[in-house]
Amino acid sequence: MNFDWRAAWDSVPRLLDGMLVALQATVLGYLIALVLGLVFALLRRSQQPWVRMPVAVVVEFIRSTPLLVQLFFLFFVLPTIGIEFSPLATGAIGLGVHYATYTSEVYRAGIDGVPPGQWEAATALNLSRRRTWTAVILPQAVPRVVPALANYVIAMFKDTPQLTAITVLEGLSVARSLGAETFRYLEPFTLVGIMYLTMALVMAWLARIVERRFGRVRAV
Amino acid sequence: MTETTSASSAPASSGGHEGNLITFDGVGKRFGDNVVLDNLSFGVRPGERVTLIGPSGSGKTTILRMLMTLTRPDSGTIQVGDDYLYHEERTGNLVPASEQHIRRVRRRITMVFQHFNLFPNMRVLRNVTEAPVHVLGLSKEEAEQRARELLDMVGLGEKLTAYPTQLSGGQQQRVAIARALAMRPDVLLLDEVTSALDPELAAGVLDVLRDIARTSDVTMLCVTHAMRFARDISHRVLMFDSGRIIEDAPPGEMFDAPRHERTRGFLQSVINET
Ligand SMILES: Nc1ncnc2c1ncn2[C@@H]1O[C@H](COP(=O)(O)OP(=O)(O)OP(=O)(O)O)[C@@H](O)[C@H]1O
Ligand SMILES: [Mg+2]
Repeated sequence: MNFDWRAAWDSVPRLLDGMLVALQATVLGYLIALVLGLVFALLRRSQQPWVRMPVAVVVEFIRSTPLLVQLFFLFFVLPTIGIEFSPLATGAIGLGVHYATYTSEVYRAGIDGVPPGQWEAATALNLSRRRTWTAVILPQAVPRVVPALANYVIAMFKDTPQLTAITVLEGLSVARSLGAETFRYLEPFTLVGIMYLTMALVMAWLARIVERRFGRVRAV
Repeated sequence: MTETTSASSAPASSGGHEGNLITFDGVGKRFGDNVVLDNLSFGVRPGERVTLIGPSGSGKTTILRMLMTLTRPDSGTIQVGDDYLYHEERTGNLVPASEQHIRRVRRRITMVFQHFNLFPNMRVLRNVTEAPVHVLGLSKEEAEQRARELLDMVGLGEKLTAYPTQLSGGQQQRVAIARALAMRPDVLLLDEVTSALDPELAAGVLDVLRDIARTSDVTMLCVTHAMRFARDISHRVLMFDSGRIIEDAPPGEMFDAPRHERTRGFLQSVINET
């Protein structure tokens, strides 16, 4: 079997559309993971056990079950109770919630990495809890975790093919339908692999830029 | 600035609770089996400058941390003026204080730490304005005006836009002092504020503190091994041993004619070490 350049070339526009969908799912899912992960991390530090414990259980549960199970749950179960999203939105939410359990660990490590003396200085100055978090702790915790957080973008992007299972037309599912239509699988799968690789490399490069810009830690 | 302060105008030493700014009454604290403070009672008058001395582990830091609400006592009460720090009076009974109550009473107290604990994410000026703006409710302009004056006073008027990491330890500690004073505290707690510094840098910080002692009437509770400084600024020195006050005297008496054998031994060891 030899590589048919013509067929390959013809499949590029549709594959690119699929990759765009994968990118959308990644961006949206990542935003959810960034925000929800922080919320999880903060709730898990609550002084109220009845806040802390349920959140810990939920986070452990989500982290310990496969992403695919969660995607199916969102896709098939939620509509039965009247909550309906597009497949892409459902996928992004699934990715976001799943990865929030990872980013919450990252945030937690970052928060724990802020020296106790910073909390004590905030107390000595009588800063409110809220102000202590927003002005002192998070501005020191977040730069520490930017590299780890940035790496999860790429991990999440590489998980987008799982959205195929809930009918999202992302890159891999486009490649598969192209194969089914033309009976040629070599070209679309090779191309889609190259596209994933290229985009992952670009993301890694962007991540390094973000790290350099925001990941500066001024420890004393 | 190096001129030493006369301690002759010491406020009358405290007897009962009446007129005290700080009152410890029967305070106890243990960490596991380690009894750090045992039924400790003492008072500090408004404007008084009191130095706590004593061997390592005798509980000096614990006392300051309790006043700053960084460590909770197990028993007894602490009062700031007429207010209980950890308790509220409700229908004649003392009940554990709410977070708001503690914050309100704590407003009068602030602390300077051995390791400065400046906020590394903020420039020098904002380190000093952050709490005045967000706790005292000052306008940004007013807070900055005051911060500039304080930073001038500690000799860092040129460093407003520097980050703490760009300063020497001595400079950082002087910023920390300015940051504490910006809260206009009634009580300033100082826990070995020069022991992380080289001697030359420590001298600059001690000069600043001498200046503050001379020009302000802020009440100071100070833990230090700088005995010369303690003698210069203190009205009273408390000698601690195993969580108890074993000697309470003006600095002249404490340093020149200590009555207690353990005080003599301790002062000897401190002199040998420096
Ligand atoms: N968080 C803690 N957990 C357990 N033990 C503690 C804690 N903080 C203090 N201690 C113990 O309490 C005792 C008194 O400590 P403290 O720091 O008050 O002593 P200190 O007089 O300030 O000593 P130093 O001169 O060394 O600073 C020590 O035995 C110390 O080990
Ligand atoms: Mg100490």
